Amino acid sequence: MPLQEVVYCGVCSYPPEYCEFTGKLKRCKVWLKENHPDLFTKLYGDDNGDVAAVAGKLAESSIGEEREEKLEKDLLKLQTKQENREQRELAKKLSSKVIIKREARTKRKFIIAISGLEVFEIDMKKLAKTFASKFATGCSVSKNAEKKEEIVIQGDVLEAVEAYIHSLLKEKGLKDVKVETIDTKMKKKKPEGAPTA
Amino acid sequence: MFRKFTREDIHSRSKVKSSIQRTLKAKLVSQYPKLEEVIDELIPKKSHIELIKCEDKIQLYTVDGEVLFFQQFDELIPTLRLVHKFPEAYPTVQVDRGAIKFVLSGANIMCPGLTSAGAKLPDAPGYEKDTIVVINAENKEHALAIGKLMMSTEEIKSHNKGHGVEMIHHLGDPLWTFTTD
Repeated sequence: MPLQEVVYCGVCSYPPEYCEFTGKLKRCKVWLKENHPDLFTKLYGDDNGDVAAVAGKLAESSIGEEREEKLEKDLLKLQTKQENREQRELAKKLSSKVIIKREARTKRKFIIAISGLEVFEIDMKKLAKTFASKFATGCSVSKNAEKKEEIVIQGDVLEAVEAYIHSLLKEKGLKDVKVETIDTKMKKKKPEGAPTA
Repeated sequence: MFRKFTREDIHSRSKVKSSIQRTLKAKLVSQYPKLEEVIDELIPKKSHIELIKCEDKIQLYTVDGEVLFFQQFDELIPTLRLVHKFPEAYPTVQVDRGAIKFVLSGANIMCPGLTSAGAKLPDAPGYEKDTIVVINAENKEHALAIGKLMMSTEEIKSHNKGHGVEMIHHLGDPLWTFTTD
């Protein structure tokens, strides 16, 4: 008996037959249809009609129509609850913003502080590590004045960081999130190429 | 067991030596004899096994980055990922459709859910108390939870009341979503 390869749903991570219990069924169905059409037909039937699916489930269930109905109702409730929650979360994500701040440390040295990332389920530590190797600088996660976590990068890499964050958010499908950059330059730069001597 | 389980519960991670790997494999086979034929496929000789020690003396074993089994005391318990790969090797019970919802939210399994029409218990003599069982569901192909019998299966049949299986690990719990990196 060889090992079995089990397909896990890309949305809820369960084996697809349990998707109906997660409250994310709609998105799970879409995912399954795109990625494993054969499994989709097996589980939900050829037809997209919900009536057929429900009828099929009733036929193969043994717990009685009445209990099945209740279960069905409970699952529906769970689904709407989950959907509402997701919507709220999305709204929260869209309303929050990422702040990238450039602070002067000494005369010609700057640090970049990025805050407001925690809402987007980004692993701060990991991202700090990526930045550190990307820019070959020191980079760490620390708490700022408001007791919130922020990523601190040593070095003047404001533009590059901004571009990177934008691409990261785009990847997550959150293109509309505001990214604000604050530049706290102490004084105006001297005109380029001005004679120093 | 994994109701609350986060990164903070991890105390240490270390690589398992190949000699210990051997005894580990032997132990796994002795506990679940049917695993013998696939053990080399599950845990290849050159695989990278890591031991993750956690709160409450829980130890997770990962093979190539995937948590395959864990132990709290002496007994090795497979995770669902391992069960899904090779389901025949473990003692199995089945719950009816009505119970799935509760199982997935982490409840202990009540006896009636194990004795009703859609459920399945092994015929006598069945399993002893404290056996680790894989929990399947009616009309479902894959297992959805792993638990420990709180009374023997015969007792469940005759008594038919109260808690029957103590929940250890179920789909969607923090151990299921846990990743090593």
